[in-house]
Amino acid sequence: MMNGTIDQIQTGVEFLNADKAIQRIPEGASIMVGGFGFPGMPRHLSKALVRRTELDQLTLIMNSLGSVSTLNALFEQNRIKKVIGSFFSTNKELVVAYQEGKVEIDLLPQGTFTEAIRLGGAGIPAFFTPTAAGTVLAEGKETRIINGREHVLEQSLTADVAIIRAHKADKAGNLVYKKTAQNFNPAMATAAKLTIVEVDEIVEVGELDPDSIGTPFIFVDIVVKREEV
Amino acid sequence: MGVDIKQYIAKRCAQELTSGVVNLGIGIPTLVADYLPKGKVTLHSENGILGVGPEPDPNEFVVDPETIDLVNASGVQPITALPHASYFDSSLSFTIMRGGHLDATVIGALQVSETGDLASWAVPGKAVLGVGGAMDLVIGAKRVIAALSHLSPKGEPKILPECNYPLTAKNRVDTIVTEYAVFKFREGRMYLVEMVDELTLEQLKEMTPAHYEVAEDFKVVKREVEGEAVLV
Repeated sequence: MMNGTIDQIQTGVEFLNADKAIQRIPEGASIMVGGFGFPGMPRHLSKALVRRTELDQLTLIMNSLGSVSTLNALFEQNRIKKVIGSFFSTNKELVVAYQEGKVEIDLLPQGTFTEAIRLGGAGIPAFFTPTAAGTVLAEGKETRIINGREHVLEQSLTADVAIIRAHKADKAGNLVYKKTAQNFNPAMATAAKLTIVEVDEIVEVGELDPDSIGTPFIFVDIVVKREEV
Repeated sequence: MGVDIKQYIAKRCAQELTSGVVNLGIGIPTLVADYLPKGKVTLHSENGILGVGPEPDPNEFVVDPETIDLVNASGVQPITALPHASYFDSSLSFTIMRGGHLDATVIGALQVSETGDLASWAVPGKAVLGVGGAMDLVIGAKRVIAALSHLSPKGEPKILPECNYPLTAKNRVDTIVTEYAVFKFREGRMYLVEMVDELTLEQLKEMTPAHYEVAEDFKVVKREVEGEAVLV
């Protein structure tokens, strides 16, 4: 039985500003970025990533990139070598970089993308899914008939870093999410060696209902409070 | 394609949906929501909500990209949540889709084949940079309703013996709804079940190279957007 008061609880989760947190990302890192459109997108961490201009040769693992994204500058600055995700058609900067041969794109169906991350975090390296069987996205991948249906072998995804967003963190590093801003964030928190989370608010230990916690602190390394603009 | 034709297709799709949980794709399928029976059909959106409500009044709701936390699958369009709504992450959302839990999906289509293959996401010869959740949706939903204009803007047929555009999934379409006709797949065969009274069976056949039979329960309807489609 562990004893101690709230003041004595230490989980090792660090609380830094955005630039100091982004400083921890290694050269050539693979980086998962949370968000589905606007909700759940770590915009402040993304801006700090754009500001740290010496980081290049990056791989981004993110569902989609809209027409207007904080991360567009990374493509303009030629800092991305590869993108893995499900929907990039509407981002002009990325489409141009791809057509010029500057960026490699691994396109995955969105459900395959999210499951690859979930299983990457769960320690399962690959999985069979019926999605994409018989389509161009299954070309070059192993397939197998299971229960009379064709399935595609997909590799799970892990990353050096995840930059994600949650609504609140407590001072232990537990996270709660809001509405449709969860999306890929909880899975990404589990699948990276270094998880940096941007939150609206940081509260004391004990203020979050344990039943409401979407990501337990064990998956969190650094918490950044969104700065007032 | 005029607005009224899109609305007609959406309304006709809605007639297929009387209960259960449904995911509506982008485009014409989005319009289906306006014609659904109130309270009987719950809408799922892949970004993590079951129980999608109407869009908020744009005069009262300002989208702030920094703080918005409730949108539809476009990622940017604000929505509301119904009283029985729940939120979840993408893993659970695609468990609902791929796992066979959705009663139906209405999805836009570029082409549909006579064996129920669907092509909805890519055009040959162009860089293919986006697929989104369409493949998981179509592979998992119990019913796949393809909503599309009968011909392309260039007048080319879209309902074909075989799709020549990249596939979204094979053999998954259950129902095809266009501004002229409704086709259903029954035990692997394609049947014409409904046609508007503005054309003949021969004219429809000319626009529809896919092989199909006229169903025993085939009927001719008037194409009306206001009020119910009327049997003649």
